[in-house]
Amino acid sequence: MSETFEPVIIGFTCNWCSYRAADLAGTARMKYAPNVRLIRLMCSGRLDPTFVMKALASGADGVLITGCHPGECHYIEQNYKALRRYLLLRRVLKGMGIEPERVKLVWASAAEGMKLAQEINTFVEEIRALGPLGWNRKLAGNGHKVEEPALEVAA
Amino acid sequence: MSEKPKFAMYWSGSCGGCEIAVLNIGEKILEVDARFEVAFWPVAVDAKVKDVEALPDGDILLTLWNGSIRNEENEHMAHLLRRKSKLLVAFGSCATEGCIPGLANLAPLGEIFETVYHTISTDNPQGIHPQPVTQVPEGEITIPALKDRVYTLSQVVDVDYYMPGCPPESHQIAAVLDLVFQVLEGKAQLPPKGSVIGAGGSTVCDECPRARNVKTIKAFRRIQEVAPADPALCLLEQGIPCNGPATRSGCDARCPRAGAQCIGCYGPAEGVIDYGARLMTAFASVIDATEPEEIERILDGIPDPAGQFYRFNLADSLFKAGAPAFKHNGH
Ligand code: SF4
Ligand code: SF4
Ligand code: SF4
Repeated sequence: MSETFEPVIIGFTCNWCSYRAADLAGTARMKYAPNVRLIRLMCSGRLDPTFVMKALASGADGVLITGCHPGECHYIEQNYKALRRYLLLRRVLKGMGIEPERVKLVWASAAEGMKLAQEINTFVEEIRALGPLGWNRKLAGNGHKVEEPALEVAA
Repeated sequence: MSEKPKFAMYWSGSCGGCEIAVLNIGEKILEVDARFEVAFWPVAVDAKVKDVEALPDGDILLTLWNGSIRNEENEHMAHLLRRKSKLLVAFGSCATEGCIPGLANLAPLGEIFETVYHTISTDNPQGIHPQPVTQVPEGEITIPALKDRVYTLSQVVDVDYYMPGCPPESHQIAAVLDLVFQVLEGKAQLPPKGSVIGAGGSTVCDECPRARNVKTIKAFRRIQEVAPADPALCLLEQGIPCNGPATRSGCDARCPRAGAQCIGCYGPAEGVIDYGARLMTAFASVIDATEPEEIERILDGIPDPAGQFYRFNLADSLFKAGAPAFKHNGH
């Protein structure tokens, strides 16, 4: 299974920095792994742990959260909120027997297209090494049908 | 009324507290008996499953179901009573969200059996390990097999109403029964199918009389470590992990009023998709730190995060179980 495993990763990016960084990476033709589906939030502070859990429970193998560097949040300090939620969420995941490394927070400014592209590639490889999470298939055991990833996440 | 409508109450994976809570409504219980024919209620009347099977479908007007779906018999009875009942109410936290029995979803089945039958607190000199089917000299005997994990009632059958609480507060049970009586008299209408009944639409914080200021938490502490806790100030503000911000109102903030933190027995507040996620958001907002190391140090004050955030709601959460629960089914 591992040789065919292509991780599905959901990326929640901040409108002001990392989404632009991703855009920059795109326009500058820097290559990053196609495994990441980016969802734009107005701010990493909008990142509700519900989004992350819904992504993972619906079939994603990993979730990447990106925000502006500490001290550079467009909304002053919402990225610290994201940091605290992220650290707490990882502990809860661990308590549920899920590798906390499946969720990663990365700071990237609008100018750091290259950095973001590298972070994405690194994360894809980290998740590849962890293997599939396949929570939707887990839940589908016992005669229940597999719900294929349908990620309607309100930003 | 020529013939009284029928009432049933059944328990599955549960503790029995919900049944006690119903009996706790005092003399109103006599009104239940006066208005209803109690068709089936194992804890109170002597009716058998075959009596239920013999009833026409939809013959029972109201069934209160308390308990999670832990084994195949629970599931079978849920289907039976669903078929025989016009209104099926998931009654109490076990039925609505899995509750404490649902925490078993953090462990694989094998480990649960091991702990229950073969650890030091169990006196089991013959090493008995129950099996769904056992051969005895007289023939074959069976007991219901456990399901792969604990399910909520609505995860196995269609549910008409949800009544939260571990257990539901007696005044809320009485209010719901009063409503049912009024409906029977044609004086009131039933709420829309799928409604949460016997509870409020906001959070425990909204019913809590404790004073609130801007919360800035430098450390989480267990309530016994805060001596004495300020009786008039929000507990969360004092660093005591109180689940009020994510929990549905309806109990009149019973625990914070009594000096203890809310542990979340009324389940997710209105509109909350995942109880734990909402609570994580609430806790993360009040932590007064921006450096990762300091945040981690503060979070160390919550020693059991899965238990803190999903004590009652695990089986109903987005994940529904911890990863170990899926070990046996090939994942
Ligand atoms: S909801 Fe609470 S009181 Fe009711 S059966 Fe479950 S554990 Fe017991
Ligand atoms: S957090 Fe707890 S103590 Fe504070 S207001 Fe809410 S319910 Fe009351
Ligand atoms: S305060 Fe919380 S734990 Fe206590 S009864 Fe109310 S909902 Fe349940």
